[in-house]
Amino acid sequence: MFDNFPLWPVRASSGAATVDALYIFLVALSAFMSFAIFTMILVFAVRFRHRKGVEAEQIEGSLALETTWSVIPFFIFLFIFAWGAVIYFRERTPPRSAMEIYVVAKQWMWKLQHEEGQREINELHIPVGRDIRMIMTSQDVIHSFYVPAFRIKQDVLPGRYTMAWFHPTKPGTYHLFCAEYCGTQHSGMIGQVVVMEPAQYEAWLSGSPNVPLAETGQKIFAELGCSTCHRPDTQGRGPDLAGVFGKPVMLEDGRTVVADENYVRESILNPASKVVQGFKPIMPVFQGIVSEEQLSALVAYVKSLGQPGPGQTAGTSSAGPSNPPANEPAHEPKVQ
Amino acid sequence: MATAAVTAERENYLNQQYGIRSWLLTTDHKRIALLYLASITFFFFIGGFFALLIRLELLTPAGDLVQADTYNKLFSMHGQVMVFFFLIPSIPAVLGNFLVPLMIGAKDLAFPRINLLSWYLYAIAGLMYIHCILTGGVDTGWTFYTPLSTAFSNTKVIEAGLSIFVVGFSSILTGLNFVVTIHRMRAPGMTWSRLPLFIWAHYATSIIQLLGTPVLAITLVLVVLERALHLGIFDPKLGGDPLLFQHLFWFYSHPAVYIMILPSMGVITEIVPCFSRKRVFGYEFVAMASIAIAVIGFLVWAHHMFVAGISLYSAMIFSFLSYLVAIPSAIKVFNWTATMYKGSIRFSTPMLYAFGFIGLFTMGGLTGLFLAALGIDVHVTDTYFVIAHFHYIMVGGAVMGYLGGMHFWWPKISGRMYPESWGRLAALIVFLGFNLTFFPQFILGYLGMPRRYWQYPPEFQVLNVLSTAGSTILAVGYLLPMVYFLWSMRYGKVADDNPWGASGLEWMTTSPPPTFNFEETPVVTWEAYDYAHIPDPEEVAVER
Amino acid sequence: MAVESHELALRHHFADPEQQRQAASLGMWVFLATEIMFFGGMFCAYLIYRYWYFNEFAAGSRSLDITLGTVNTAVLICSSLTVAMGVRAAQMGKNKLLVVLLLLTLVFGFAFLGIKGVEWYQKYEEHHIPGPSFDASDLIREYPQIHIDPQHSQIYFSLYFAMTGLHALHMVIGIGIFCYLTYFAVRGRYTPEYHTPVEIGGLYWHFVDIVWIYLFPLLYLIDRKPLG
Repeated sequence: MFDNFPLWPVRASSGAATVDALYIFLVALSAFMSFAIFTMILVFAVRFRHRKGVEAEQIEGSLALETTWSVIPFFIFLFIFAWGAVIYFRERTPPRSAMEIYVVAKQWMWKLQHEEGQREINELHIPVGRDIRMIMTSQDVIHSFYVPAFRIKQDVLPGRYTMAWFHPTKPGTYHLFCAEYCGTQHSGMIGQVVVMEPAQYEAWLSGSPNVPLAETGQKIFAELGCSTCHRPDTQGRGPDLAGVFGKPVMLEDGRTVVADENYVRESILNPASKVVQGFKPIMPVFQGIVSEEQLSALVAYVKSLGQPGPGQTAGTSSAGPSNPPANEPAHEPKVQ
Repeated sequence: MATAAVTAERENYLNQQYGIRSWLLTTDHKRIALLYLASITFFFFIGGFFALLIRLELLTPAGDLVQADTYNKLFSMHGQVMVFFFLIPSIPAVLGNFLVPLMIGAKDLAFPRINLLSWYLYAIAGLMYIHCILTGGVDTGWTFYTPLSTAFSNTKVIEAGLSIFVVGFSSILTGLNFVVTIHRMRAPGMTWSRLPLFIWAHYATSIIQLLGTPVLAITLVLVVLERALHLGIFDPKLGGDPLLFQHLFWFYSHPAVYIMILPSMGVITEIVPCFSRKRVFGYEFVAMASIAIAVIGFLVWAHHMFVAGISLYSAMIFSFLSYLVAIPSAIKVFNWTATMYKGSIRFSTPMLYAFGFIGLFTMGGLTGLFLAALGIDVHVTDTYFVIAHFHYIMVGGAVMGYLGGMHFWWPKISGRMYPESWGRLAALIVFLGFNLTFFPQFILGYLGMPRRYWQYPPEFQVLNVLSTAGSTILAVGYLLPMVYFLWSMRYGKVADDNPWGASGLEWMTTSPPPTFNFEETPVVTWEAYDYAHIPDPEEVAVER
Repeated sequence: MAVESHELALRHHFADPEQQRQAASLGMWVFLATEIMFFGGMFCAYLIYRYWYFNEFAAGSRSLDITLGTVNTAVLICSSLTVAMGVRAAQMGKNKLLVVLLLLTLVFGFAFLGIKGVEWYQKYEEHHIPGPSFDASDLIREYPQIHIDPQHSQIYFSLYFAMTGLHALHMVIGIGIFCYLTYFAVRGRYTPEYHTPVEIGGLYWHFVDIVWIYLFPLLYLIDRKPLG
């Protein structure tokens, strides 16, 4: 029981240090405030303990004191709020060109899918020093993707994608926990994140032949007949998908939305909810026909159509199907 | 001065009538308070028993005491029993029911029969919940998150939900009674600014009970309907939104925590002046702080949802508002401390509980600042850090306030004194046991141990063992008052009308009070906490 | 008889009848505030889903019988009138008039529930009751120019039945209260000095009426202009 007895979580991401800094500040502030109050109470309890013949002094109050100890805490709290908000803003704004991992959570396991095609269960191998972005959904109830060493956590919801990102800085093996109670084996829905040196990661990647995710998506796209309507020429009954991902899309009802992961997913599962302007709501519904894994592949494929060119991510054997030249620079979609 | 024989003959609310019907059909607010005392104590021990099993399981990293499903039911029901059947009623339904009419100089609450009805609703809900426990229990967590609760759990979600729906109405009726009573039944001369701050605290609490609980009620109705009829309001597979459930749930459940702490603060604000022989420092500020907590408390609910998938900008707004609500609580802590300054302090048991409250509530409140900070919350939400935070407030705060209040008003309620040395000993044991149980959990949380975990990685074991050790000590601390309060009803020293020399109308009638509270309706011509004019109890005793 | 009832009515813990009357009145207002919050949760869910699934809500709304809904609204408004007049009659000591008005209120109340029952039965026949037998294909056929997702349509009807059901439950309770009031009015209990139960019963009834005034346009009148 006593051989491994940590009191502080390991720091393995660029964000961990910033979170720890605020935490340490708050610990110091709390220790100071607690100490101050406890000392004052102790001193008063001793100094003003009941003694025969010594009466208490009736003091009604002091507007000056009340104001002081309302205003000063207010400004301290404002400072803490701002600091915490800045950290959070960075946590929820992934950088452009992050390496992407698609995650499907289900009772009670994590299914992780690399862009290069590798699939993992309850384990995630990633290279150190890269931005990694998780695109996550659940097959059943709400779960939560939590890696204490990276100080990140994000609930994983059924019916939509949620995102998280981190930048690992230290090779090693770290806990992955499910942090939203999800039923019987909630505490068994754990795994590990294995951060490797880049060379080791390459070796691991090529260790087993795999079809890149976007290529899998292309196959499904063809199999399901999507290419019948979504064609690059003007004969298509559906919009051409080249270069669509990450850009604003004008809808029939006048709204404009950004074509992010959730938009692509919704368009496949429930196409009539957002119809592109100039097109009719005739796309068939694929809810119940495609699995979450297939959806991830299709999203990756559509995304690959939006990349301005091949070779975005180092180490991938193929950048997916050939990309038509982009008319506009790639636009990073808004994060949920 | 009154001998035991004379006191025993004097008619009071306890001996005015005997027999079970006189209790079960009573409309006397004092008897109803005792009915509640018995029932909430019963549920406290049930919830406590579940907690003990949880802590025993967590002695070892492996799940080896109970099965996973059983463990999940244990923490779910521990939470529901403690929140809905113990903490929320505790002070209002026991001390509030007993004292509100006495403190304002009234003969009873505005609606005595509705008061009795509220107890019967509690009892019926309690029986429903016991039945739920005995026939399988519920394992959704106390929070009933969808779609787990509506479409995946195989336990008695509907029964638990309906039971909590019923007990919610008990809470609403108590709040309604208090608001109308405080508005309409104050004795002549008892203006708002002369009210004891215990009353202000209960007024604020009642506002929250009235406006918040109905939202929980309708949310539970929708969950029950969805589970029974597959309606699809919260289930994404049926077109619904699971986050809508969370918003509706937390809209009540956040203000609910203020229902649990405000009355406790009211108790402390009675105890500290009495045992410092001084008026409260900053009466108006403490009164307004109670109201401010109630109002701002309704605006912060989504700080339970920072990683749930809400938008970045709404998260920032809720974080900011959450800091605002901390300010009135801080004001109260400072005011209590300032009340002690230049006082004449005694260390009787109620005051020991007050000291404990102030210390532990301060720590719990400060850790709330951590959770309100968005960047920190991402790491520590859904971990033992949160569990430690709310137990510091609920147990270190609310329960200590409840126990302090029970000791303070025990002479008034029962006509007897509890044994003081045992009282002090129990307070100390509770304080030590509590800190050992819950402080390690802050460390566990930051390390990353998630909550609701039946099994855990081995490196967390040492801290869990410390926590479990503390919980056994805490349990002893809680058992002691049970024993000596019961003992005192027969063998305790007979109490004077005002053994503490406290201010407040309740101390100007007999201990225990007569059924109609006062021989004559009091007319108030003095300010609250008029300790300049109340003789020190020791001096009174010496004179005799 | 009137003097007796006045003395009987003062409960012992009140200082005087005026305090008792004020307490009862404040109590009912506070209770109605809780009722607003109770219905409020469902109105909140309704507003969110209407914003997201407007088409399905519009189609569902048009499938409701607007004639019956309007008649019911008129019935409830008339019932509130008889209630208000009844309170006035009690204030003026006109006991026979009070009894007549209370009975009329009951008649309106029952009429409302009866018409509601007819409407619900219509929904049953059209397979619009959420659950295993729910079928929105008639709506899909009827409105080819807009897209209707049957799941979203079911949410509309779930909220329709939940909200009108909760309202109807409150109507039933209201009818119970007014039966009680009628019984004691016949026995001559209410006088100009003491008719608090009539007043607070009236407050409750008005509240239930107002909830319907909100429900009617929200549920029945979504996008009633001609489609397409």
